[in-house]
Amino acid sequence: MRELRLMKGNEVIAEAAIRSGCDAYFGYPITPQSEVMETLMELRPWEATGMVVLQAESETASINMVYGGASCGKRCMTSSSSPGISLMAEGISYLAGAELPALIVNVSRGGPGLGTIQPSQADYFQATKGGGHGDYHLIVLAPAAVQEMHDFVFLGFDLAFKYRNPVMILADGVIGQMMEKVELAPQRPRWTDEEVVQLNGSWAVTGKKNRDRHIITSVELDSLKFENFNKKLVEKYAKVREQEVRYEETLCDDAEYLIVAYGTSARIGQKAMELLRTEGIKAGLFRPITLYPFPEKELAARSKQLKGILTVELSAGQMIEDVKLSVGHQLHVEHYGRMGGMIYTPNEITDAFKKMINR
Amino acid sequence: MKEELIIAGFGGQGVLSMGKILAYSGIMQDQEVSWMPSYGPEMRGGTANVTVILSDERISSPILQEFDTAIILNQQSLDKFEHSVKPGGVLLYDPNGITHTPTRKDISVYKIAATEEAAKMGNAKVFNMIVLGSYLKIKPLVKLENVVKGLQKSLPERTHKLIPMNEQAILRGMEIVEKCA
Repeated sequence: MRELRLMKGNEVIAEAAIRSGCDAYFGYPITPQSEVMETLMELRPWEATGMVVLQAESETASINMVYGGASCGKRCMTSSSSPGISLMAEGISYLAGAELPALIVNVSRGGPGLGTIQPSQADYFQATKGGGHGDYHLIVLAPAAVQEMHDFVFLGFDLAFKYRNPVMILADGVIGQMMEKVELAPQRPRWTDEEVVQLNGSWAVTGKKNRDRHIITSVELDSLKFENFNKKLVEKYAKVREQEVRYEETLCDDAEYLIVAYGTSARIGQKAMELLRTEGIKAGLFRPITLYPFPEKELAARSKQLKGILTVELSAGQMIEDVKLSVGHQLHVEHYGRMGGMIYTPNEITDAFKKMINR
Repeated sequence: MKEELIIAGFGGQGVLSMGKILAYSGIMQDQEVSWMPSYGPEMRGGTANVTVILSDERISSPILQEFDTAIILNQQSLDKFEHSVKPGGVLLYDPNGITHTPTRKDISVYKIAATEEAAKMGNAKVFNMIVLGSYLKIKPLVKLENVVKGLQKSLPERTHKLIPMNEQAILRGMEIVEKCA
């Protein structure tokens, strides 16, 4: 029997965390994602699965607790919203530098600074290009539906452990706050201590028995050694780009123009596309699901038939840079956005789209 | 079938929970649903609204600018959303506290005196279920049995003894809704 529920995106993150066999959640409240920890506290998973749920004293503490738990080969996660993620940036860089698996959820809001509490997609650069210092990447998943909030918790943990790299779910206030129908997966048991040794024993700190010491660190004073480590990361990210690209195309086969959008904007953009189609305009929708790795080859292949692209983002235009890098400078690519927590309606997008066509 | 609906009123009137019950009822009837609240630094007495979509097909945008139906529960919301109803659409409102009534002639306007009726029934909290009943009379998109299932799903178990009273309020709303000339 399928278990169907009507849930908010934030509530689903909590429910999926428990069901995915997560060992620990560390976090600090911030709008618009406070329901994640509130729901976890209400569900009391420590009684059922033994999962730890802890409100830390700050975001900095949360991410470092994740580092500690991940070092032991455990499935650990945190969630926050934009300014909170900035506070975690150092810890995220250290996770990447120590090759630790972890899941970080950003239900983003308007910025810069403390900004607004309403939805925004202005953290694309932070999520995909850095945020923290150094040559690293997160694997970034962008859910466009409440169901994907659920599914990407499972996927996120699996990818994090497959590549020993932190994974970010980059959502926004709309996906976090809205309710949709969700099908919940059955409970996946947490790993036993034996399974942790078996699966992650080659690197994790699991209690030294008849093996060399495992040192979890991101510091190396010998720069040649560190360059070799950097090269290893470069190889890892190349493999991620090769194997983990995810995207969705809607009505692209005969499209002359595309809307390229992710997350909430893809949903609003889809409605805009439907409206444009009723007017006989051959519009399609291309939705990157992984923002890193960006579906560059796939978009480039599709762009050959196109006359133009409108990227639609709740920002001043960030993903548009990856779109332009993918399709080259021959094709006309234009940005349409709202900022500061304001959201466009489908009609605003169709207006911008028509202006682009007529340019 | 696809219904794009906005419910707008004061915080505390049960706007969001009415939307949630309707959305859950839709799930019980195997529909696709979305429920998107306005959110912000909001509080009791401030304005609150929620967009609910019921559809047989996958739902695209949860954010809309035009609606098939607007359920309006205060003057501010009437001023804001009367013009967002699609031509030929439905506007349903509670006349309590309304000083400027709807003026559009290209839509169907209905009136539900739910505040008054809730007071008569001796329970102000069933207000939103009276409104829901009147809406379901105009647009019977979900069956009453599925609304009851929706109530069971969306209300905490300790309040389930109140479901018959809510059902009664829904039926009352169905009876007393009036079409305006």
